[in-house]
Amino acid sequence: MRRKKMMCALLAAAVVGSLWFLTCLLKPKYMGDIIEGALIAEYYEETTDHDVVFIGDCEVYENFSPITLWEEYGITSYIRGSAQQLIWQSYYLLEETLKYEKPDVVVFNVLAMKYNEPQKEAYNRMTLDGMKWSMSKVKDIKASMMEDENFIEYVIPLLRYHSRWSELTADDWKYLFHKDKVSHNGYYMRVDVKPAGTFPKDKKLGNYQFGDTAYEYLDKITKLCKDNDIELILIKAPSIYPSWYDQWDQQMAEYAEKNQIRYINFLDIQEEVGLDFQTDTYDGGLHLNLAGAEKLSKYFGNVLKEEYGLSDHRNDPELAEIWEEKTKFYDQMKAEQEQDLEQYGYIRKFHEE
Amino acid sequence: MLFTSYEFIAFLILLFVLYYTIPARHQWKLLLAASYLFYFVSGWKNCLFILLTTISTYFLAGKIDKLHKEQAVYLKEHKKELSKEERKSYKATIKSRQWVLLLTGLFLNFGILAVLKYTNFAIANVNALLSFFGSQSQIGFLKMILPLGISFYTFITMGYLIDVYRGKYPAEPCIGKLALFVSFFPQLIQGPINRFDEMKETLFSEHPVDVKEIGFGMERILWGFFKKLVIADRILTGVTTIIGDPETYNGIYVFVGMMFYALQLYADFTGGIDITIGIAQVLGIRVRENFIRPYFSKNIAEYWRRWHISLGAWFTEYIFYPVSVCQPMLNFSRFCRKHFGDYVGKRMPVYIASLAVWFTTGIWHGASWNFIVWGLLNGIIIILSQECEPLYAKFHARFQVAGKSWYRLFQVVRTVLLMSSLRMLDCYRDVPLTFRMFGDMLIHSRLSQLFDGRMMTLGLTVSDYGVLLVGTVILIGVSLAGRSGSIREKLAEKPAAVRYAVLYGLFLCTLIIGAYGVGYDSSQFIYNQF
Repeated sequence: MRRKKMMCALLAAAVVGSLWFLTCLLKPKYMGDIIEGALIAEYYEETTDHDVVFIGDCEVYENFSPITLWEEYGITSYIRGSAQQLIWQSYYLLEETLKYEKPDVVVFNVLAMKYNEPQKEAYNRMTLDGMKWSMSKVKDIKASMMEDENFIEYVIPLLRYHSRWSELTADDWKYLFHKDKVSHNGYYMRVDVKPAGTFPKDKKLGNYQFGDTAYEYLDKITKLCKDNDIELILIKAPSIYPSWYDQWDQQMAEYAEKNQIRYINFLDIQEEVGLDFQTDTYDGGLHLNLAGAEKLSKYFGNVLKEEYGLSDHRNDPELAEIWEEKTKFYDQMKAEQEQDLEQYGYIRKFHEE
Repeated sequence: MLFTSYEFIAFLILLFVLYYTIPARHQWKLLLAASYLFYFVSGWKNCLFILLTTISTYFLAGKIDKLHKEQAVYLKEHKKELSKEERKSYKATIKSRQWVLLLTGLFLNFGILAVLKYTNFAIANVNALLSFFGSQSQIGFLKMILPLGISFYTFITMGYLIDVYRGKYPAEPCIGKLALFVSFFPQLIQGPINRFDEMKETLFSEHPVDVKEIGFGMERILWGFFKKLVIADRILTGVTTIIGDPETYNGIYVFVGMMFYALQLYADFTGGIDITIGIAQVLGIRVRENFIRPYFSKNIAEYWRRWHISLGAWFTEYIFYPVSVCQPMLNFSRFCRKHFGDYVGKRMPVYIASLAVWFTTGIWHGASWNFIVWGLLNGIIIILSQECEPLYAKFHARFQVAGKSWYRLFQVVRTVLLMSSLRMLDCYRDVPLTFRMFGDMLIHSRLSQLFDGRMMTLGLTVSDYGVLLVGTVILIGVSLAGRSGSIREKLAEKPAAVRYAVLYGLFLCTLIIGAYGVGYDSSQFIYNQF
């Protein structure tokens, strides 16, 4: 009887173990040229709180550098952003973040207001897979699922990623049980330059009004910040494409005024920030490169310091030690990318063969 | 609810647990509730139709049965008083009343099926005729719902009504039990078309936990999932690409599409039936087999005795026999004997009844000329091969080939090719196009196109082809091994480690390689639409 029980236990362990192994193997690693899917999970490695938390899409995680904010102003910050992060995803990420810490300022990039419904499963996954399980994640998944998605596939990722068996790469084995750090407190670094070119003319829209769902979640973000005594700043990052219509800007300005929130449209103050889209973007104006992100962070850091009175933590030895490590990693990656640029003319990691 | 959906799997797990937790006397009631829940999820309006069929059949069968009993009692009580003529006349009166009741049931239920399934087909034909005669007016198509499994449950129910009329067994006195027989959810999707006398005991009796049966049932379900998800749904892309673009995929690709579809249909339909039988077995219920390795048949007649067996048996029992022995047919047979000789007189009723069966089989599969032509072609080929039987016998005797393995293999390949050719009518949008593509395949085969890279444009990758190849080899291997007895029994005799390793391997293959989830267009079972 005892032997039988042991056999059963062994069998169960073998089944669970093999399924877990297969899940680890087949889940995308986001360690190659697409690293966006690895951004969300990195937050859980943080050991200290932050003064500022950014939430939003690529217009935050590619345009603001928390290391610059630290180096210049001693402000601690983190970017909880991922590719095409929808507004409800930002809301639930913020809700989750508040379970870990209470920042003084939350910065939300309003480009996500243009989406009133889920857009793409692949982007959903990049945001949601990295989140730890909590009610926020459950609600986030439910709000984000496309028609052909199924909740159980989030609970058991093997059901979603099983089809990757035929496209496994060396990276899937290399990063089977560990992952490299890819961001700098959520910042996605690119040092290369691709000057802004011409973009397609702005498409005329039939309706410029942001959707009800988008407003519902913006209200929720506003309320969440108010309830937790957090200053909310709405921003529109200075990315010159995709289009940001005047009608949209007007709506955000009105919303901000009505709710007594600060709204900064960086597109209007590019010169003041010192941005030059011939040198400060790596993809022709969609996102800033490191030079651009550092300029923008310096400018915004000053706003945070002057207008929101955020303290300088550089004299805090514990924080200084942690941020020194972060800065070292930042400088190291910067040097590596610059070396690649010099040697190959491109950054190998992001260069598709 | 798709058999392969997560919701269905959750539904099954919950049902299995509840089934063996509640008192066994209530098991059939739980199954009834589960069946109606399953049916309700497919659309609440569907429930009205199945309810109407069940209720009407219950009352009509009850009345027919009551007349049987009244007749028996009356004849027994008046045994001595009644003359032979009076007995005959009384029986005829009862029979005619029963006949009216039977006809009412048949008209009502086949009427519902005909209206819902064939009205638009009839309208399309009338419109074509109107156009042909130069009329500008056209009749508009009607928006019809087609309740899930209506072809299956109508045939199941009408088989029951006819059996009661024939006095084969008494009518079921409990409407709930009849409702369960009609709506038993695993069979609703794609059969088999069960018989009441076979199902009665197994469906309504109490089923204690039987570990072996449950294990075997699970294995059968797993095997069904493997066939459906790993093979049928994977090859689907290739089939739809080829048949969806006949201008590009002609010549040899018609042959490729034909063989792909033969594989898809086999894996899809037999996989679905494996799941059905497996679910029933887990519940302790024995459902009749619907396939016996049909692609190993040596001729078409044998193929049809081994493919969708329950449908063939239904048609034989309720159409072939009644048509071939009805009074007008007997008169016609006599007429033929008199004018064309004994042989023709004997064969004519068989031919006519066969063609009636095949016409009905065709139209049962779908409201289109493709299916009608497909059915009739099957019938014609079977009749021709029956007529050629003496020639075959002579050939076999002359060349001594019968029983030789290579000749058996030739016969099997010939049957597969013939059946697959006929199945092309399932694929292409109309009959002329099907014949055009068939001709193109034979005349302009252009074999070199197989190697010009076009195979990689069918939506299948190298790994897909690899999976399909290995999957087909496994299918053939399992079919071959199944000839000498139940594979599950054989597997059960192996050491536990081997058994579990095989089953877990099959489970992992289905889980990992199966074509399901995001990125795959999970398809309904092909026979659902019938």
